[in-house]
Amino acid sequence: MSDQATARATAPSGSPPQAKTTSFLSAMEVDVRFLGMLGALAVIWIGFDLLSGGTFLTPRNLWNLSVQTASVAVMATGMVLVIVTRNIDLSVGSVLGVTGMIMAVVQSSYLTPMLGFDHPLVWILTLVIGIMAGAIIGGAQGYVIAYLGVPAFIVTLGGLLVWRGAAWWVASGKTIPLTDNNFKLIGGGAEGAIGATWSWAIAAVACVLIALAAFHARRQRQRFRFPLKPVWAEVSTVAVGITAVVAATMVVNSYTLPPVLARRYAEANAIPLPADGSALSIPFGYAVPVLLAIGIGIAMTFVATRTRFGRYVFAIGGNPEAAELAGINTRRVTMMIFALMGALAAIGAAISTARLTSATNAQGTLDELYTIAAAVIGGTSLAGGAGTIAGAMLGALVMQSLQSGMVLLGLDTPLQNIVVGIVLVIAVWLDTMYRKRIR
Amino acid sequence: MAQNTGTPLVEMRDISISFGGIKAVDHVTVDLYPGEVVGLLGHNGAGKSTLIKILSGAYKADAGSIFVNGQKAEIATPRDAKSYGIETIYQTLALADNVDAAANLFLGRELLSPWGTLDDVAMEAATRQVMGRLNPNFRKFKEPVKALSGGQRQSVAIARAIHFNAKILIMDEPTAALGPQETAQVGELIKQLKAEGIGIFLISHDLHDVFDLADRVSVMKNGKLVGSARTTDVSQDDVLGMIILGKCPPGATRGPGAISEKELAAVGAHL
Ligand SMILES: Nc1ncnc2c1ncn2[C@@H]1O[C@H](COP(=O)(O)OP(=O)(O)OP(=O)(O)O)[C@@H](O)[C@H]1O
Ligand SMILES: [Mg+2]
Repeated sequence: MSDQATARATAPSGSPPQAKTTSFLSAMEVDVRFLGMLGALAVIWIGFDLLSGGTFLTPRNLWNLSVQTASVAVMATGMVLVIVTRNIDLSVGSVLGVTGMIMAVVQSSYLTPMLGFDHPLVWILTLVIGIMAGAIIGGAQGYVIAYLGVPAFIVTLGGLLVWRGAAWWVASGKTIPLTDNNFKLIGGGAEGAIGATWSWAIAAVACVLIALAAFHARRQRQRFRFPLKPVWAEVSTVAVGITAVVAATMVVNSYTLPPVLARRYAEANAIPLPADGSALSIPFGYAVPVLLAIGIGIAMTFVATRTRFGRYVFAIGGNPEAAELAGINTRRVTMMIFALMGALAAIGAAISTARLTSATNAQGTLDELYTIAAAVIGGTSLAGGAGTIAGAMLGALVMQSLQSGMVLLGLDTPLQNIVVGIVLVIAVWLDTMYRKRIR
Repeated sequence: MAQNTGTPLVEMRDISISFGGIKAVDHVTVDLYPGEVVGLLGHNGAGKSTLIKILSGAYKADAGSIFVNGQKAEIATPRDAKSYGIETIYQTLALADNVDAAANLFLGRELLSPWGTLDDVAMEAATRQVMGRLNPNFRKFKEPVKALSGGQRQSVAIARAIHFNAKILIMDEPTAALGPQETAQVGELIKQLKAEGIGIFLISHDLHDVFDLADRVSVMKNGKLVGSARTTDVSQDDVLGMIILGKCPPGATRGPGAISEKELAAVGAHL
């Protein structure tokens, strides 16, 4: 650079930053779409609560809802990246099926006999083998898509049939029960929840992290003298986050074990029974699969927004040719996305297998559709280039809320399918309208 | 004026490529010296963009070879080209529409924090600096590039090409979407980069601009090279004759695409 250029570049011409607050929402830097989805979720929850005579918004139901959402929510985080790059993965339900079956067979036929009953390595190895199998399956599909140029729709449609067939073939169509009790904790249930104390501990850590993240972001912007959010907006954003964490913790902690189980639990853990003979109150706290899903959601958000890989995923979705010309190895990135999707399907399989305590043949059937619907309802654009992990997870919660609510109301399965189908179409239509308006 | 002695910065020798049956580039030879601007001219579809895309690694030539500083260069991918210090402003701009200016500027070469994560703040700061040099009115650092005007997008594409210390710059109609002030600014920029010893291939349909900025011109017609000439040795009308008729004037070096005197006479009879 010439002297003249450097002099000019350091001059304030690089647009002096200025903080200008136009409106409340833009000051808070809130994602309007995300807010809209929260509103939709609130409407669904309150609606079902009214229709069911107050049985929907109970700690018990909300706790179950959170556990039921976990598996699809985990897979939806990967589906976002797949759809952002203008691809689709129709095979996730079948991949869930086959990896669930692989984990159950490996555990019951090899690991438990070799290492012994409830050996701590059993659940770890089961999970590692399952995730590796999922990543290999996904990576193989990704290879065909990226390097052989077969459209993702076709490859994963083939995968839908292949892996469902493979799941049957792994165990000749039998249902395989899990043998390891530690592994079953991944599925939730009375045992697979962490109790009140740990729930509060995690809530406290989460609150501190929320505050630290906001502080760090502000410091980073200060370092380069970029426009800052007004302090009140910063504080309110953090306050909303902390309130949500505390509220969720209070809900899961007010769901307590039924008396019989509570007594058994107290005896097993040498907790003294209340002397006055009143019912023992042992809260569930957060379920393990829910914590797992949230952890994966945070990790995937990090991958999508803070890493090169994530940046490339979005750039490829925005303009594949430009990404290629910028020197990005687009084929490798595509293959890695599908491998990641396969690994996440395996984690979904671990959750659902552990919840059912066995691997069945039909496990994960139609999950591909729920996963895609969750991502799309969550704001992932099928045209590519746009989508968020948090949105997709919220989308999964919306889908599961609809289903659970209808089960609670005693609606038949066919009617449930009709409603879910219609809601999906309406949600995408609303989203299309929204996109047109902001453009 | 640059001295055309010694080894050229780039030499593309006898380059050919065809798409299906169409010979988009047919045995073309062009070269470029340090601190020199070479204008590439020709009608629409003459093969200018295709030729420079071979140099930038977007296409692989069917035949011919490329030399950088006299050494044979193997350019199979855009990454290879960048490793030789070749930066390109594509006619289509090649921007990812859904991410912001900084993300586009650093696409494929992101700045990382000590923890290996994207350092978005540092990238934005660098973007503000380079954009300040190009387009001081530019303010939309946070918006995705699709929210920018055509000229603003072009500024981002130019910023990307000049930010990484290019030795060889390819500009495929860099000012097509720019206003008069911004065009003048790019003209200034080209002169500045030239003074720094950077070699520039400039593709443009604006003969006036080309004569203002370029030391030499090479003209293509139907994928073939009509000829090359120093801008001091030929007039704008001569160059127009090269572009439209393929007629090589006395001051120019003939290429395989130039028509013979006999053909010229036949064309003249038709006119
Ligand atoms: N990817 C491609 N596939 C098939 N044909 C192509 C491709 N790229 C270019 N061509 C053809 O090659 C020829 C040269 O195109 P090119 O883009 O190089 O022209 P150009 O000189 O840059 O024209 P313009 O001034 O309009 O930009 C045209 O006939 C075009 O149709
Ligand atoms: Mg062109």
